[in-house]
Amino acid sequence: MSENPTRSIEPSYLKYKGRYGGIFAWIFSTDHKRIGLLYLWSIMTFFIVGAILGLLMKMELISPGKNIMGPQTYNGFFTLHGIIMIFLIVIPGLPAVFGNFFLPIMIGAKDVAFPRLNLTSWWLYMFGALVVLTSQFTGGGPPDTGWTFYAPYSFQTPTNMLPAVTGAFILGFSSILTGLNFIVTIHRMRAPGMGWFKMPLFPWSLYATGWIQLIATPIVGVTLLMIIAERTLNIGFFDPSLGGDPILYQHLFWIYSHPAVYIMILPAMGAISEIIPTFARKTIFGYKAIIASTVAIAFVGYFVWGHHMFTSGMSGVALYTFSILTFLVAIPSAIKVFNWVSTMHKASINLQTPFYWAVSFIFVFMIGGFSGLVLGALATNVHLHDTHFVVAHFHFIVFGGTGFAFLGAMHYWFPKVFGRKYDAGWANIGWLTFFIGFITLYGPMFYLGIAGMPRRYYDYVEVFHGGNIISSFGSIILIAGIAIVITNLVKSAISGEKADQNPWGGITLEWKVPSPPPLENFDEIPHVTRGPYDYS
Amino acid sequence: MENNGKHHIVPYKTHITVLLGLIILTALSVAVTSIELGPLTVTVALLLATAKALLVLIYFMHLRFDNIIYSIMVAFVMFSIISIIVITFLDYLFR
Ligand SMILES: [Cu+2]
Repeated sequence: MSENPTRSIEPSYLKYKGRYGGIFAWIFSTDHKRIGLLYLWSIMTFFIVGAILGLLMKMELISPGKNIMGPQTYNGFFTLHGIIMIFLIVIPGLPAVFGNFFLPIMIGAKDVAFPRLNLTSWWLYMFGALVVLTSQFTGGGPPDTGWTFYAPYSFQTPTNMLPAVTGAFILGFSSILTGLNFIVTIHRMRAPGMGWFKMPLFPWSLYATGWIQLIATPIVGVTLLMIIAERTLNIGFFDPSLGGDPILYQHLFWIYSHPAVYIMILPAMGAISEIIPTFARKTIFGYKAIIASTVAIAFVGYFVWGHHMFTSGMSGVALYTFSILTFLVAIPSAIKVFNWVSTMHKASINLQTPFYWAVSFIFVFMIGGFSGLVLGALATNVHLHDTHFVVAHFHFIVFGGTGFAFLGAMHYWFPKVFGRKYDAGWANIGWLTFFIGFITLYGPMFYLGIAGMPRRYYDYVEVFHGGNIISSFGSIILIAGIAIVITNLVKSAISGEKADQNPWGGITLEWKVPSPPPLENFDEIPHVTRGPYDYS
Repeated sequence: MENNGKHHIVPYKTHITVLLGLIILTALSVAVTSIELGPLTVTVALLLATAKALLVLIYFMHLRFDNIIYSIMVAFVMFSIISIIVITFLDYLFR
């Protein structure tokens, strides 16, 4: 893409000495790459906690009756598991880690537009996380509403809701500021010659995501404030006895939380759109179609939130509208899948771990997407609402989609981030274990849901035992896979073999800077003349 | 702000006119609550609030003197929010 690859003799961003030393060189750094790694470590820590909570829940469900925890503990566990996984991991997820690290490099900039605001976002993120977690140890005990904080229960439960909701509110600001920062960076800081249609697809996905973060997040912020007001001042927004409407809460919550799914999945799709052409060694099929579908998903995604409320007692007109709109949003997602598959068609593919993650992403994302259509249809939704089918569906999308893409991106950009190679043998074993565990854990939940097993119960009747044994067994395999992947990456980051500037033969700008990149990425801002995936 | 590298200076008179407009609209939105409008209550309240927000955006926040792209962005955001509200009312009006 650039005609003048830059070679630097400056120290890498990992090594250079700034104003502060030790840990302060990181937590006060405004360098987008260090901030990206701050997010990576924070997210990894929270993820391990969330995954252990998930594992413990599966151990409780391995047989009927009480095994290791009672109902109240179980309710607390799935609430905390949801809050951590959604608000602390998948929503910041790819934008905060890889967006921060690679957006400026991929568009040929030295940093994001507002580096200090960027650091503020991380501090807000940590502060919000801290406030959320205090809810576990103070007041009336861990919140038990689920991560959705549904009214009227969320203003009636004696458990400690206020810190959880306040923390989620603070986390929202972190997300808004990151989105704003990226939008401005993309508008103002692209390298000379990089027109909108010479921009790689990962920055494009971050652009669409930025708009969702910016427009949708304030709505959940206001909604969470309304819960606080309801609990402390008895205003009556949602309490029917005071003239309020509990369904209004569901509207407001999902107006944000459905688009939030696209905050998670769009950057994931962006990362996949980077990985596939690099390993297929040819230009991406339908570059503009992918951009159009990204923007279409971001836009249509605002208008489908009601599909979470089909059994809430909404009006018939609203039901039909939301169902049709939900089916519409499947079209751009399918366009992307066709484009990825067409990119691989007749390519001589370089089979490496990131590619395995990318193709398994497509596989699990398709299962998640199609089961989403089952839930988006009004009639089947009534049967499946609040069953394990829903749990299976959103884990295939949120964990399967975002998680597989995150780990694919992690392996893909690993040599660039740390300047070292991961151990390919263990990486492949880790991927395979993870994949088998994932399918074994969440696959049976489709069956259990269709058979009628409700979600969010610590106990079940004997008929559901078989499926649950398989599922719980899968959770152990999955945890083993996660352990292999994380151990391998951490070990390789510390003592792996040194990596070249461009180990995969990629042609986007991040492969034209040293591994790891120097403080300001480029000695000289590159001049872009060719398209991002022009392998000719 | 960076628009052609020059700052636009708005005369005090404009500021005061806009301020008066905002005060009148506030008074109006309080006054209108005494009339029973049924389902239109929310519509009227939102329309008045939108008018006030637009005045602030256009004059106080200099949208009028800035590059057209910012106005397009604001219009796009407003359109999205209006669509969201309209769709929400597909529930409330037909329940
Ligand atoms: Cu949804």
